[in-house]
Amino acid sequence: MQTVLGQPTLTGIFFFLLFVSITLYITYWAAKRTRTTTEFYAAGRSITGLQNGLALAGDYMSAASFLGIAGLVSLKGYDGLIYAVGWLVGWPIVMFLIAEPLRNLGKYTFADVVAYRLKQRPIRTAAATGALITVLFYLIAQMVGAGSLIKLMFGLPYEIAIIIVGCLMIAYVLFGGMLATTWVQIIKACLLLGGATLLVLLTLYKFGFNYLELFSTVTTQYGEKFVQPGGLITNPLDAISLGIALMFGTAGLPHILMRFYTVPDAKEARKSVFYATGFIGYFYILTFTIGFGAAALVGQEIIKKIDKGGNMAAPLLAEALGGEIFLGFLAAVAFATILAVVAGLTLAGASAVSHDIYVGVVKRGRADEKQEVRAAKIATLCLGILAIILGIVFKGQNVAFMVGLAFAVAASANFPALLMSIFWRKFTTQGAVWSIYTGLTLSVVLIILSPTVWVDILKNPQAIFPLKNPGIVSFFASFAMGILVSLLTQEKEAEAKFESEKIRSYIGVGAE
Amino acid sequence: MKEKILSSSEFKSLVRSKNAISLILTMAELVVYFGFVLLIAYNKEFLSQKIYGPVNVGIPIGIGVIVVSWIFTGIYVAWSNKKYDQKVAEIKEKLGGE
Repeated sequence: MQTVLGQPTLTGIFFFLLFVSITLYITYWAAKRTRTTTEFYAAGRSITGLQNGLALAGDYMSAASFLGIAGLVSLKGYDGLIYAVGWLVGWPIVMFLIAEPLRNLGKYTFADVVAYRLKQRPIRTAAATGALITVLFYLIAQMVGAGSLIKLMFGLPYEIAIIIVGCLMIAYVLFGGMLATTWVQIIKACLLLGGATLLVLLTLYKFGFNYLELFSTVTTQYGEKFVQPGGLITNPLDAISLGIALMFGTAGLPHILMRFYTVPDAKEARKSVFYATGFIGYFYILTFTIGFGAAALVGQEIIKKIDKGGNMAAPLLAEALGGEIFLGFLAAVAFATILAVVAGLTLAGASAVSHDIYVGVVKRGRADEKQEVRAAKIATLCLGILAIILGIVFKGQNVAFMVGLAFAVAASANFPALLMSIFWRKFTTQGAVWSIYTGLTLSVVLIILSPTVWVDILKNPQAIFPLKNPGIVSFFASFAMGILVSLLTQEKEAEAKFESEKIRSYIGVGAE
Repeated sequence: MKEKILSSSEFKSLVRSKNAISLILTMAELVVYFGFVLLIAYNKEFLSQKIYGPVNVGIPIGIGVIVVSWIFTGIYVAWSNKKYDQKVAEIKEKLGGE
């Protein structure tokens, strides 16, 4: 099969420019209504449940999950599905445990909730550190992925690709704030869902809309093993550890949690999770089919020749089925996907710096709106430039471990403290601080000592920590430390405030 | 006003029922997902059994976990929209608080 992948095509550039001009226009429109902090961080709380559901899905369906899972399925068959499932199952947890209380208790960041009845400064410092580290690792992984993908798809040099991505994301966040970021997410989510649906329909058309035909084709081509669970999960403990990180990490990702403040009330927050879960689940089922379709119609040999990791399986399938136009469209969608995710991440990182560290810690809560918005914009600019530099520095690195680390930190440092502060009366400031730092330190140190970094990157013969993901240790240690220290310390004031927190958390009285 | 709400039996039962639903559904989701992970880890043979043509047990189970997760969130939303929001409105009307 001949492919134009890797060369800039006219249709590709056309779709790309179309997307960029539409989103820049939205940013211009949003900039006019982004003056106050509520507007900058939370889009004036004007987003509906359905819109926010799409935006949440947009934040979550990164290029890694679209191209990566489709590629993994095309090369490994069933085992790719395991990842897709793991990536979805955190959403019900978000729904059942934190969406509504988060919306009712917080203002702009999840640190608002943890700090609600505890001592502001130590909590905000700790929670913002956890948030920033999560965001940074996720951001680097996305940037490096973006550079390599755009290089593969358009043939642009890596560094130029990173700089374009960086500048566009800075523009969205800096001028348009959360309103522009949200609409970029919504458009991207629709494009991605639409593009993937079309790709699946075209694939199934080839098989007379008979799913069994598709299955028979891949099993005759690659054998029965292809549709059976294989060697991806060899160590059960490792599988559980990864599962914990994926499941509870979702419930601790700052850019996801931040989205709950863009809706007017808890009811809309609830709706948005329901929509998001539906969209993401549907999308992962699609990617599964796309992976099988690519294996059947493009063939593993060609997929591997273009990119060892299989990342180009979906674009190659698009080209095979819809020619250069569909490839161009899908390339632009992948680009849009990356842009939207990095914009969301940058905004979450900037709010941790400005709202939690600058206003909460440095200014002790005494800064006016103008100062806070200015701080947020400076933070955005710095984070954007940092992301560009790190994206270039980490060129060619395996980024899978960074995504794993981001989820492990989110699950271990952010989620336990958030959950305990919402549900446990006796949780104290010291308990929260210890819980966050324990989760943070353990997840980072253990991943460095794990096979992913210690053996694969640092080239040592044997890993000191045997598991690839630290989740199972760092997650439970963070809880244990939080409980232990809280029991050893007492905070009468925090316990008393827990009662009034309950009224706000459960029935929304006093929520912004 | 706050004390009145906190000490009312309506509010206490609201908190209890909400926590119960959250806990039950969370547990159910954990069982479903980690059950799937453990099956992959310990009983690949079970998942590899064929059920229809080339399709084996693992495929509907894998996709099923995604679908079940969505159904669980749907159950939660349905319950909240019907029961929870109504109770909240009742408490607000009876005891005040906006």
